[in-house]
Amino acid sequence: MTYPASTRVRVRAFDPDHHTRVPRYVRGQAGEIVAALGRWPLPDDSARGITPPRVQTCYAVRFSAADLWGSGDHTVTVDLWESYLDRA
Amino acid sequence: MTEHDDLPAAARARRLEERVIAAGLTSDDEIDEFLTRLYANASPVNGARMAARAWTDPAFRELLLADGNAAAADFGFSVPPPDQHGYQLRVVANTDQVHNVIVCTLCSCYPVSLLGPSPGWYKSFAYRSRTVREPRAVLAEFGVAPPETVRVSVWDSTSEARYMVLPARPAGTGALGADQLAALVTRNGLIGTALV
Repeated sequence: MTYPASTRVRVRAFDPDHHTRVPRYVRGQAGEIVAALGRWPLPDDSARGITPPRVQTCYAVRFSAADLWGSGDHTVTVDLWESYLDRA
Repeated sequence: MTEHDDLPAAARARRLEERVIAAGLTSDDEIDEFLTRLYANASPVNGARMAARAWTDPAFRELLLADGNAAAADFGFSVPPPDQHGYQLRVVANTDQVHNVIVCTLCSCYPVSLLGPSPGWYKSFAYRSRTVREPRAVLAEFGVAPPETVRVSVWDSTSEARYMVLPARPAGTGALGADQLAALVTRNGLIGTALV
């Protein structure tokens, strides 16, 4: 499954005890797919020495500052692997 | 500001090196070879030359924004893809509607081969935490004040992609040649913390 650009997605609000590339400030937040970047090994697996690691599409996902922080007129775009996301 | 180069951090890095070498995961030679390759030709002059060409060559600008790795290869710069221990180069263009700025909140990623070694402030907790929260305040401290009508777009480098800003071409530079244009482009301009 690949999310097309403009799809609204929500970052899973998980708190794993292992390495992950989901910054805490976007967990549980809704954003919009800007682009699919490529299919890359999931760092959560690679960092734990899981072989082979899951390979997933990584997306640039844009969030509004107002959603993230309750104020601000900027946007923040974060690269997130597919299993970090659900369709919003 | 000093967490990457103060003595305790250097000692920690040495101990980590010793452990991964003892575990047979790498060797001193391999680490040396990697660092030599990483820094041999790494310089913001590389990114500056690409930006200057994008200002004068519309086809190159299109390529640069669509496929940064291919655009870098056009210059003979070594930017291997992620599956070859490299990265995907993504270039974001400043316009009269958007001002882009790059950060890595998780560590200090950026395209080293095109921007040179990252400045100390880029690795600081203050820059990393504040840029996603209050970029206009951070930019103001760098002397950059985009008008209200310009959206500030922050890019947090959390994956195998590395971001570079294509600054807007300054007015009044129509008569300049490629080298003179490239000389206008600073490392901070390619990060988004300076105008060109």
